[in-house]
Amino acid sequence: MFRSHANKSYADDILRLALMSAAVVAVGILLLILLFLLRESWPALQRIGLYRFVADAGWHPLEGAFNLAPMLIATLAVALGAILIAGPIGIASAVFGQFYAPPMIAASFKRMVALLAGIPSVVFGLWGLTVLVPIIAKWQPPGAGLLAGMLILAFMILPTVALTADAALKAVPDQYLRGANALGISQAGLIFNVMIPAARSGIIGGILLATARALGETMAVLMVAGNVVQVPNSLFDPVRVLTANIALEMAYATTEHRATLFVSGLALMLLVVALAAMAGKLGGRLHG
Amino acid sequence: MANLRLRDQLFTGIVWGAALLVTGSFLWLLSDMLIHGAGQLSWSFLTAETENAGRAGGIGPILVSTLLILAVAMLVACPIGLATAVLLSEFIAKDNRVARAIGMSIDVLAGVPSIVFGLFGMAFFSAYLGLGFSILAGGLTLACMVLPILIRTIEEGLSAVPDEWRKGAAVLGMSRLSALLHILLPAAAPALAAGLMLGIGRAMAETAALIFTSGYVDRMPSSLHDSGRALAVHIYDLSMNVAGGDANAYASALVLVIMLIIINNIALWLATSLLQKRISHV
Repeated sequence: MFRSHANKSYADDILRLALMSAAVVAVGILLLILLFLLRESWPALQRIGLYRFVADAGWHPLEGAFNLAPMLIATLAVALGAILIAGPIGIASAVFGQFYAPPMIAASFKRMVALLAGIPSVVFGLWGLTVLVPIIAKWQPPGAGLLAGMLILAFMILPTVALTADAALKAVPDQYLRGANALGISQAGLIFNVMIPAARSGIIGGILLATARALGETMAVLMVAGNVVQVPNSLFDPVRVLTANIALEMAYATTEHRATLFVSGLALMLLVVALAAMAGKLGGRLHG
Repeated sequence: MANLRLRDQLFTGIVWGAALLVTGSFLWLLSDMLIHGAGQLSWSFLTAETENAGRAGGIGPILVSTLLILAVAMLVACPIGLATAVLLSEFIAKDNRVARAIGMSIDVLAGVPSIVFGLFGMAFFSAYLGLGFSILAGGLTLACMVLPILIRTIEEGLSAVPDEWRKGAAVLGMSRLSALLHILLPAAAPALAAGLMLGIGRAMAETAALIFTSGYVDRMPSSLHDSGRALAVHIYDLSMNVAGGDANAYASALVLVIMLIIINNIALWLATSLLQKRISHV
């Protein structure tokens, strides 16, 4: 970085001003998003109020019943299931790539995980709908439901867990490894007792990031989870998550119904952003 | 000791099992896409008009709409992203309060779910600015969405340029503008291109943000004010709303994934090999 006073020129002042205004736009977008979500939610927040979003008799927006709780529960359940599946498998994948795989396999395994991370959610949804759901339906009809949503989401967020855990394990100082080797600890002991604890904050950060992605995901869950508004009683019940509800109903929603959809969008945003911020603090970042 | 060895073997088994599970699922997904999609792929599929709600015909208009949406998004996001990245890496110190505030809001923006971008785009671009369901509204919404990834990639590229170059430029009496234009940006050009590619990849994979902004119309757009259906939206619509659309949905998904793989590989190649070569050679 160079910050000398010698070369100050008129052109530089203009440059600085131009760069500053671009940054103002970049920051302004976030404020604008918040502002417009609030503006569009306002009628619902004012006339319906937070209490009725959890106390109304179900979700019948055309009859004026706006209970978001079943969809909030479904959102949390799907995300929790997905992270419980993707968390251990993702960490094990990272351990495989770092410590167990022969070098040739490790390289192509990592490339594959990176490739998986780039597959669009709508493609996961398509595959889930046409392959996974029929398989579950043979066993527990109708197939589209909580379990299908969890599995597809787990598949989708697994690369996030694996890539962040990989980066965190790679960042553990070499001395730890050498020290543990000198003590004659077995490989499993080394990984369990030394490497994973040392990489803990990065791994947890990655899991939080993946959870945020799972909570905010729309397409993949919308396509496989069945979209019935209800609190699930079993893993096979069809459920509708908040994001899917927005995508399904926004096309025809008006007045308070529309405003309530914006309320759920605002709530999702705050939840996801809080998780992502926590992840950022712990160092679970994919970029930078 | 026997216990410990057993534990080690068990652990090895679990780790290999997880890796096999991931690889197997990946191959399963890939093979289904090839089996169901490759048969439909042909030059005429890529260029023909969409017929019968997508069951027949090709994806010509869909590809045109997708490219137009991407063009709008990148043309808007690139200047803002580049300027913000330059500001953050060259003009204000990392620990400065302003820098931290800007950095934080970029990270928050990166975490916003895509359906929320869709809501925002609909309320702001489509309704408030009166753009309606249009390629313009969809492109602008995606521009907001890809901004964080652009800024962070370019920033990384700029910070990889050695400080001696900046000092050298200052010693030669270059203004910061000309140092930027003649030294720093050319040196970081691969990172700029990589950021661009990553941004395009992110935008191309997007569905939820586009449903309520650029819309569903599958005809060939005649201007940026027309609604245009992006490829990802096409896949969604074919699989969810069109009975008998699965085959073309898979073919479209295959096209999308192949394009994304190509773009991601270019980005990776630009970001790693080219950047290092430039900096070490000059």
